[in-house]
Amino acid sequence: MADIALEFRDLTLGYDRHPAVHHLTGTVMRGDLLAIVGPNGGGKSTLLKCLAGRLAPLSGSVVNHLSGLAYMPQIGDLNRDFPVSVFDLALTGLCGKRGMFGRISRGEQARAQEALAAVGLTGFENRSIRTLSGGQLQRLLFARLMLQDSELILLDEPFTAIDSRTIDDLLVIMHRWHAEGRTVLAVLHDLELVKAHFPKTLLLARDPLGLGPTTTVLTDARLDTARAMAEAFDRDASECHRAA
Amino acid sequence: MLYDALIGPFVEFPFMKRALVGGIAISLGAAPIGVFLMLRRMSLIGDAMAHAILPGAAIGFLIGGISLGYMTIGGLIAGLGVALASGLVSRTTLVKEDMALAAFYLISLALGVTLVSASRSNIDILALLFGSILALDDPTLLLIVSVASLTLAALAVGYRGILMECLDPGFASGVSRYGSLFHLGFLVFVVLNLVAGFHALGTLLVVGIMMLPAGTARLWSDDVATMIAIAVPVAMLSNLAGLLISYHAGLASGPAIILVAGALYAASLIFAPYGLLRRFLPQRHLEA
Repeated sequence: MADIALEFRDLTLGYDRHPAVHHLTGTVMRGDLLAIVGPNGGGKSTLLKCLAGRLAPLSGSVVNHLSGLAYMPQIGDLNRDFPVSVFDLALTGLCGKRGMFGRISRGEQARAQEALAAVGLTGFENRSIRTLSGGQLQRLLFARLMLQDSELILLDEPFTAIDSRTIDDLLVIMHRWHAEGRTVLAVLHDLELVKAHFPKTLLLARDPLGLGPTTTVLTDARLDTARAMAEAFDRDASECHRAA
Repeated sequence: MLYDALIGPFVEFPFMKRALVGGIAISLGAAPIGVFLMLRRMSLIGDAMAHAILPGAAIGFLIGGISLGYMTIGGLIAGLGVALASGLVSRTTLVKEDMALAAFYLISLALGVTLVSASRSNIDILALLFGSILALDDPTLLLIVSVASLTLAALAVGYRGILMECLDPGFASGVSRYGSLFHLGFLVFVVLNLVAGFHALGTLLVVGIMMLPAGTARLWSDDVATMIAIAVPVAMLSNLAGLLISYHAGLASGPAIILVAGALYAASLIFAPYGLLRRFLPQRHLEA
């Protein structure tokens, strides 16, 4: 089973004992380009957080067979006022490989230059990140992801507040990752975009409503079920005893 | 004439010479630390730490009297204890670092005052608060110079890690297991510099030589390395000018040093490239 990338084993994630992802079981194959869709509060970001190792499961487990992980959170910790240039921020993508002490070679600097070119930020190298627009910053974070050179790439709403031209540019990069055999998971809300670009989809409304080929997952019936999810936690919810 | 004003005092009086050497060494270590604190939006942390160190040093004094060793060790234990405990609390609970630190330094301060007053000793709290840069002996100078050297070496080695941890802590801990260790290590050096500096400037004023040059540097540059390169000479100049002013005008030297640093900051606030004056001297905007 060398092709399996991620195995969800009856995975339940949540906050203060309330589940946000409830009993997810399934597999993601190596090289999958997977969209995660569902209503707000449906557990999409929570799932990525768990995969990134920032949230421990309430029960169940997830097995990750991939090495290296690049994660772009929806709301990151990036200090936008920090005096750092566009080029240097892109270079931080190399810290996973080079560590906090290793020397960054000429070749790697050239790769950073190429990554900036790929996201259309050539000429911005010496600009302070403070001066970038939201969309430009998002492109820069994509360049950093490229330099991280990871087998697993997690994107949390990467296209929110991005203009259509930039989305097209970023989709090209995402397809390049797909072609290189990387496993990409992206949380998205634009169903048309998902249908056009993502072979596989996970529909998540706290309970998993489908994981598989996009055409079979995104049916009207399932989307209606997803839309009907009660978003608020039930304060008086009783303990869950569902068998694994 | 100029010689008498600027150089004479340092040639003539060994205590002035020692004060200058001590001040320069403190500047080398504390000013870069201040730049990083400022970039982390922790400019007030130095002040909180100073309050945490004070009771430790006071208890050291109670045990060993005016003893470099006891007061240093007391300050270190209190400072490191508070720094590490608050780092731990902010990483394991919902309490954020500023609250964690506030809680521990207040406990440390209250505990220290209680112990000092219970002992009924007439401790010279003013010396602890404001230091005695004109009375630096050899062991104290050695301590200050050692801490400055260690600090520079540690900042050089940990530069990337500390910057990454300031810039994007979530990302830093994602790509490196040592992410938060850099932060804790950095806090250790904040404490070390405060402890070394308080012998000269006192626990409260030493924060001034740490933060004021950093604030000044921020107004002159938008680049971290340049900021450090500005903050260190600004701190040194403050020491030199402060000592001379205190000598000629017969003023307390520690406060004089910090006042010079404050004056440089105030002047920069107005005249520096990122200061106020630029707002009132609008330049025409560019084409693109």
